[in-house]
Amino acid sequence: MKQAPFELAHAGEWDEFEAFLDQKPSFDPAEMPARFRRLCQHLALAAERRYSADLVDRLNRLALRGHHALYSHRRRESQQVLDFMAAGFPRLVRLEWRLVTAAAVLFFGPLLALIALLQHFPDFAHYLLAPEQIASFHQMYDPANRRIGMREADTHVMMFGFYIWNNVRIGFQTFAGGMLAGVGSAWFLGANGVIIGAVAGYLTHAGFGETFWSFVAGHSAPELIAIVLSGAAGLRLGLAVIAPGNMSRKAALVAAARPAVRIMYGAALLFLAAALVEAFWSPLTEVPFGTKIAVGIVLWALILAYLILAGRARAAR
Amino acid sequence: MLDTTRRVATPEGIELTLRLAGPVPRALAWSVDLALRAAVVLVVMTLASQLGRAGWGVVLLAAFFVEWLLPAWFEAQMRGQTPGKRLFGIAVLNDDGTPLRWPGALTRNLLRAVDFLPFLYAFGLVAMLLNRDFKRLGDLAAGTVVVYQSGAVDSSRKIPEAAPVPPPVELDLEEQRAVLELAERSSGLTRERVEELAALPTPLVGGLDGAHAAARLLGMANYLAGRQ
Repeated sequence: MKQAPFELAHAGEWDEFEAFLDQKPSFDPAEMPARFRRLCQHLALAAERRYSADLVDRLNRLALRGHHALYSHRRRESQQVLDFMAAGFPRLVRLEWRLVTAAAVLFFGPLLALIALLQHFPDFAHYLLAPEQIASFHQMYDPANRRIGMREADTHVMMFGFYIWNNVRIGFQTFAGGMLAGVGSAWFLGANGVIIGAVAGYLTHAGFGETFWSFVAGHSAPELIAIVLSGAAGLRLGLAVIAPGNMSRKAALVAAARPAVRIMYGAALLFLAAALVEAFWSPLTEVPFGTKIAVGIVLWALILAYLILAGRARAAR
Repeated sequence: MLDTTRRVATPEGIELTLRLAGPVPRALAWSVDLALRAAVVLVVMTLASQLGRAGWGVVLLAAFFVEWLLPAWFEAQMRGQTPGKRLFGIAVLNDDGTPLRWPGALTRNLLRAVDFLPFLYAFGLVAMLLNRDFKRLGDLAAGTVVVYQSGAVDSSRKIPEAAPVPPPVELDLEEQRAVLELAERSSGLTRERVEELAALPTPLVGGLDGAHAAARLLGMANYLAGRQ
């Protein structure tokens, strides 16, 4: 068949297909797959018979758009989100328990070590924190304050915005740093552990312990766990770069990114919860110290129980 | 012929051609997006100034969403295009040519943080130049490519008129395209360069000298374009 009669025979059908893609319903949507396959056949024929480049280009363009129309929206997403939160996320965290443990050691190691160290050698804090930082912490955690962790003029909403903007960004950076063979994630985990440990250790020793711990108790569980999980997700990427196994590095990276990003969905939700608690609950001084600590411990228990127990009952997909 | 196209096999047993977008259009699209993001934050800032200090919280929230989630939302919901990408006619697709969805969009946008290092997307640029698909690190991990969108045909393509000449040997699609593109671009090139290029495909032009070879190829281009 020559090109001209070929075009003559099928141009109508191509025009209809194009109109359909332009959201002008020119045929019943149920016919779409069959028509798409026919179009693919025409494209293959046109290329094989070496018809003009213009015609092949047009058919290629139509096939590409048809391919997009056909293969988008494969699954319902709302159900997936619920499933993920109820079972998928904790299951994924348990599946990656080695990396989560490694990230926890990198983060909590320096944190706890510094808290203990600074009780005996408080001057060591000056190697880690600048004098202005120490002064601002004195101001923020002064027991005379009506609100802790913020200046008197700051509002809860402002602090919420700040915590989202700042803390979630740190989490995302900790994750993204994993692309650099894991070094970025390890660095952010360790550095944050050092800073938080130095502040906590210093303030405890300096006599601001009660205000400091009553401020951080509530949001410590979601926030610190979220940092560790971001780091674990980043290490997942780094591991794929360092030890791709029997895949190419590129394929290993793509395969690692899928679970890593899913861990980040959960970490982001935890960061969100932490910011809510930190902005609206932690600064309150009306609540007694004991209640604050108790709420903090309950949150630690709930989140750890969720990560360890949730989603065990359901059969693996 | 061109090394910036990728062929993707589909389940229907055909190959689709993707035309990859390089660093320049992507940087331009990024700067448009950056300007739009800054504009959004400025607008929020103006409105939020009514709220006093709480307004700063709203501004920071807006800054966060605009920086991290809005680009991913555009790419997942608007056919792989942020406004800047739409302006420059480029779009993000999965490696297999399917439309981008949330996981891919979020992966590549979260990893912008590492592409940005150590300053102004230096790692991203180096990564793009080191692989054949112009992928930045986020694209490598997400399994995505940025391509020129297959928009409407450029109807302005003009092949200078000449008497059609059938090619002496059968040409495959890529070869046809090379002849057609030379003819299209001939008006933008110097005469010497056209003649130099036209003398190269000896199976088509034999031993003709530059000027005659160019005229002969122009005739063939007219023939291939269907003016027979």
